[in-house]
Amino acid sequence: MRFFEEIKVGEVRTIGTFLFTTESIKDFAQRFDPQPFSLSVTEARGRGYAGLVASGWHVSSVSMKLYVGDAMRQIKQMAMRGEDAPVWGPSPGFRELRWIKPVLSGDTVSFAYVIGAKRLSKSRKGWGIVDIHLSGMNQRAEPVYSILSTAFVPRRSALHSMLAIDTPTLAPIEISIPSTK
Amino acid sequence: MSKLTFEDFRLGYIGSFGPRRVSRNEIVAFAAEYDPQPMHLDEQAAGKSMLNGLAASGWHLCAIMRRMVFDELVARTASRWALGVNELRWISPLRPEDDVTVEVEVIDKWLSRTDDSTGIVLFRCTARRAGGDVLCELTTPVVIARNPIEALRVS
Repeated sequence: MRFFEEIKVGEVRTIGTFLFTTESIKDFAQRFDPQPFSLSVTEARGRGYAGLVASGWHVSSVSMKLYVGDAMRQIKQMAMRGEDAPVWGPSPGFRELRWIKPVLSGDTVSFAYVIGAKRLSKSRKGWGIVDIHLSGMNQRAEPVYSILSTAFVPRRSALHSMLAIDTPTLAPIEISIPSTK
Repeated sequence: MSKLTFEDFRLGYIGSFGPRRVSRNEIVAFAAEYDPQPMHLDEQAAGKSMLNGLAASGWHLCAIMRRMVFDELVARTASRWALGVNELRWISPLRPEDDVTVEVEVIDKWLSRTDDSTGIVLFRCTARRAGGDVLCELTTPVVIARNPIEALRVS
């Protein structure tokens, strides 16, 4: 968690791992995505899967959970050192989300991200925009998840004036993520 | 009832689903589990954030949209799996007690090059709050089984 000025393009950060248990897969599926292969092992096996299949939206939500958890830990550490900790803004969106391989019950997925690009926001003084390529890999080192995401990051140079910024509505989206292919 | 196949989807508008009301409790519960940023948990912190008030996690809105589309469409479709999301924009924040509707349209479709039994349908889903503001827009390619007779005819 750093200010815009200190973020380096190409920088890699691992953010954590998550074990997809039968319970967590079923719980998410029951609430948001009740596909038979997420709720019944028999249905999953009938489709050729070795176990329950996690909803893709569950995998995405877990990646956010780990990303935020990692950010919170960094902010806490900075506060303990007496440093100013930037609070990142909301994301205007993302591109090229791919559920590359099914995530099955018992899989442990490790997530990491690399900073793709950064630029100043045209519409919001005091903010920069950072492109993040986040990906997930299972315990067999197979890629299962990939997304090109965008976030607003405060500029250090605007640290004090920022507190007075009034932002009544969200500005037009400024996504332009370079392809990583 | 047989399920909708690749051939059943034609370019253009399919339908509008909802409305579904989203409570403050739901917003905070989802955020606590998956996106515990202060702007999704606490009114005071949210008031000082770019969202200018408590708002749902963008991923929560995605999950709500998914459920609404699942109940009305996915459950009736011979879909195999979604490949992902080509592009998604969170346009305005989802607030407590908002009523959400989701519009679905087909914007493209093509036959699979690797599997004669499936095709890919590209859907656009647009979530709105009652009153018309767009909350979120996404495009997602989904692999859908072909009508077996049609699949035979062409191959």
